[in-house]
This record gives sequence, structure tokens and C-alpha cells, in this order.
Amino acid sequence: MKWFTMAVCAALMAATTVTAEEKLVLDGSTTVGPIAKAFAEYYMSMNPDVNVTVSESGSGNGAKSLIHGTCDIANLSRFMKDNEFTAAAEAGVMPVAHVVAMDGIAMVVHPSNPVKELTVAQVRDIYAGKITNWSDLGGPDRDIVVVSRDTNSGTYETFYNLVMTHKVDGEKVKEKIQSGAEYVGSNGAARQRVQSTPAAIAYVGLGFVDRTVKDLTIEGVDATPESVASGRYAIARPLFMFTNGYPKLGSHVHAFTTIHLSPKGQEIVEEIGFVPVTKY
Amino acid sequence: MGTPRSSRQSLVMSARANLAAALSRWLGNGLLLAITSVAAIGVLFILFFIARDAVPFFQLRGFKEFFTSTHWYPSQEPVEFGALSIFVGSGLVTLGAALVAAPLGVAAALCLSDVLPFGVRQAVKPVIEMLAAIPSVAYGFFALVVFAPWLQRLGAITGTNALNVSIILGIMALPTVVSVSEDALQAVGRELREGSYALGATRAETLLRTIVPAASSGILAAVLLGIMRALGETMVVWMASGNAAQIPDPWFNFLEPVRTLTATIAGDMGEADHVTGSARYHVLFAMGLCLLLFCFACNLISEWVVSIQRRKLKGE
Repeated sequence: MKWFTMAVCAALMAATTVTAEEKLVLDGSTTVGPIAKAFAEYYMSMNPDVNVTVSESGSGNGAKSLIHGTCDIANLSRFMKDNEFTAAAEAGVMPVAHVVAMDGIAMVVHPSNPVKELTVAQVRDIYAGKITNWSDLGGPDRDIVVVSRDTNSGTYETFYNLVMTHKVDGEKVKEKIQSGAEYVGSNGAARQRVQSTPAAIAYVGLGFVDRTVKDLTIEGVDATPESVASGRYAIARPLFMFTNGYPKLGSHVHAFTTIHLSPKGQEIVEEIGFVPVTKY
Repeated sequence: MGTPRSSRQSLVMSARANLAAALSRWLGNGLLLAITSVAAIGVLFILFFIARDAVPFFQLRGFKEFFTSTHWYPSQEPVEFGALSIFVGSGLVTLGAALVAAPLGVAAALCLSDVLPFGVRQAVKPVIEMLAAIPSVAYGFFALVVFAPWLQRLGAITGTNALNVSIILGIMALPTVVSVSEDALQAVGRELREGSYALGATRAETLLRTIVPAASSGILAAVLLGIMRALGETMVVWMASGNAAQIPDPWFNFLEPVRTLTATIAGDMGEADHVTGSARYHVLFAMGLCLLLFCFACNLISEWVVSIQRRKLKGE
């Protein structure tokens, strides 16, 4: 009988360790996705017995997955919304935010565009349809092709909150993006549209700016890792990983959500084009 | 070819064999009926579930705004669900695709069925049908990366517009239009063709005055099927139509970006769950229901038109 009990205990322990340790599921933002994927690669190389899967279905879907318990960590490029918190609390989930990196939203135009700098107000007017021609901004006489991310994306949400929302006489005013704006499904697609369209303007995550497009100076500040980390650049945001409660110390979830604090984690964040939260 | 042995066998089956035969026939028929009804019931279920989720939207927001307003701000405060511009976008793109696919497809079908020699036809038809095998995301990628910049070089301000999508959708609808209308042309009997020649008509006259009118209802059905293909396509329009919720000015300005029903459903599905506002979730089902009903109507019309042709060709 004693042997039998011990055997059952051993089998149970083996079973729990296998199921608890083998899998780590991440879901959410396409912006945070690359960071999560690089972290996952690094983490799996350190812990070969752990399998980390990263899905990129958008911030909204990530929050949903965490609430439904189908992922361990939700990647969000925005903070959780009120109604998501409510839904989480109702489902018995307590979302805890971990800021893993900072992201600047860069305004990009075609390299041939002579316009170099804009103010946040000008960007707002362009997207609201009040400025419709590049000649109003010191550029050529060409209608502006306004490219936005789809309303499903965290980048849209952040752009909308940081640029389209402003205060007039102390009151919050939310400007509508003009109906003629084109919507694209990813940062890459937004960049692609700007690469191939001389009259286009789009907003993308800082990590997506490359030589094929030109990023504009906003309020006289260039979108660089330094200006974003120090908060001088106007259109910047933190990137989050959300867990259900603070992860148990020593668990894989805990180890994973603290990678960004290690020198290696900061290196990874920088390599992908985002800005580390900690200076080292 | 009855052998002597089989002819000598008794034609009357034993009661047991009779029962077994009846049972197996019964089972076989039942199984086939079950398999067939899976498809039919599936369609009914889809209709039911989409309608069930679409109705709450109209209860919440009514009909007027959805069908008459052009303000589409589903994620704004206050929310606005005016889908008129999206209906117009879908209609515009479908019209454009029909304008591309119908003449091209019917001409190609005529060529295949009556002009080209048999050997060439055998080679060309599979190639056209291969157009249907290309994944739609590949069409979309082509439209976005190759075709859009090309249109811009020709003078369009933005390359992701209604024209771009219309042409690509037209090409995607071609195989349907070609093969269905070719079938219709083939179904026009030899007698009609020979009768026409016998009366002294040239080949062109025979084609345009005899065969095309005789097959007209089949050709119409082919075009309708092609239109349904274009209306329901999602990936290409999501990637290359620009997704701007506006009615072009003037309405037939194909060089402006538009937004379609399918692309809106695909693009907004992620955020629009029960969690984040129910009207926004149900509005997508309302759009899906409209699409479904329209395709259903198209399908019924094309069935009806085909049945007319069948009766006509039997000789009335």
C-alpha cells in the first residue's frame, strides 16, 4: 500500500511537472509580437524543456485570450480597456501589466517628399481631412494620401489617443479620421503603401522605419530611441505584457516577463528596433 | 451477354435474400440522404446563426442609420454605424468586376467553344481554369505590390482603389464565367448551328445571331455566378481596395479607395467581440446577413435563368 501511494504521488508529480512546464502560450499585438518571439527564442534556448508559442492576433484578441484563459501572457500595445478589465474581473482573471519596452510611432512619408517636419496639430489636421494637399505643408501640389492602420490594431488606438484626441478650452475633443483615409492591416503594409506612393503619409511603429521611407520630425524632435525613452518625442507609448495576477516567483511566466530587465533582454528589444525601458 | 449458366439461374429470390436486398437498398438510400442533407442543413444552420446574431443589431440601432448614413465610426465615441458607403463600395467593386469579367469571359467562351480548333481548346481551357486555383492572397499581394504602384505611375493618386480591385476581381471571376458560359454554348445543339449555316449565314452571323441568343440565359447565369464570386471575395479587397469608408465623388470614380462589406467584416472581427461592445459585434453579422441574402438572390435568379434555357433548348 505504501509503495502504491508513493508510485501514485510520483506519477502525479511527473504529470503536473510535464503539463505545467512544457508550454507557455502568448497571444496578442502584432507590435509586441516580434519582441515576444525574440524573447521566446532566447528563453527556449536557455530552457530546452519549455515550448513557447507566440500568436499575433491583435491587442484586442490578446486581451480576449487572457480573459478566456487560452493564453498565459497577453501582449498588448495599449493598456487594457475598462470593459476588458470588467470582463476579466467577471471571469476571475486579474490582469497585471508588465511594461517590456517603449515604442515610438513614427510618421513616415515617401523619400521623395520634401516635407521634413510636422507638428502634432498638423498631423491631426491631415488625418481629420482639414489639410488635404502637401502644398499647405511646404511640399509639392499633390493631394495627400492618408494611410491609417485598421481600427482593430493597438497602433491605431495609440495614434488615435495620442494624436487625434486633444484639448480645446480644457475639454477633450476626439477628432474623427476622415472617411477618405485608407486602412491597412499591418505596420508592414502601411510602410509598403508609403514606399510605393509618393503622396502618402502613414504612421508605423519605430521598429518599422527603414531606409525605404522617410520619418518626419514631430514638434522638432526626431523619433529616436533616446527621444522616445526620455519622453521628449510626442507620439510614444509603452508596450505591455499582461498576466493573470503577478506570476508566481520562479515560474516560467515570471522568468519570461522579467527577461526585459536583463541586459540580454534589453539588447533584444533594441535589436528589433524598440526602446528598452531600463538604461544600462 | 448472358451466359447459359446465368440464364438457367432462378429469377425468383428467396424471401431472405429479398429482405436483405430491400434492407441494403434502404440503408444505402438513407446514408446518401443523410450525406446530402448535411450540406443542405449546413446552409440552413449558417443562415440561422448569422440571422440570430444580426437581429440584435437592428434591435439596438434600428435600420435607418445602417442603410442611409455614410458615417462609419465603429470604434469611436459616440459610435456610428452608417454602412451606406460600404454597401456602395461593395456594389461599385462588384460592378467593376462584372464589367471586366463579363465581356472578357463571354468572348473567351465563344472563342473556346466555336472558334478555336479542338487541340488548342484542350490546351487553353485548363490554363483559364488554373486562374481559379491561385490563392486569393496571392492575387491580393500582386494587386498591392505590383499593380497599385503601376496604376500610380499611370497617374492615379493612390493605387489601392476601386479600379485596381475591380480588375483583379474580374480576373478572379473569369474562370467561373468562362466555364459556365462555355457549357451553355456547348449545350446549343448541332442542329441550330447547321441550320444557321444551311440558311447561308456566315460563321460570325451564326455565332452572334444564333448561338449567343440561344445560350443567352446560360451566359447570364455565368455572369451572375461570376458576380457572386467577386462580391464574396475578401482577401483581395482587404489588401488592395484602400478600405476607405466613403462614397467616391462622383460615385463612379473608380480611382478613389473604397471599403467593402467583406473587408469590413474581416478587418473588424478581431476587436468586435462581446467583450468590447455588442452593437459593434452584431453589426458585422448584419453585414454578413445582407451579403448572404444578396448572394442567395443571385443564386436563385441564376438557377431560374438556367432552367429557362433548359426549357428553351428542349424546343418551345
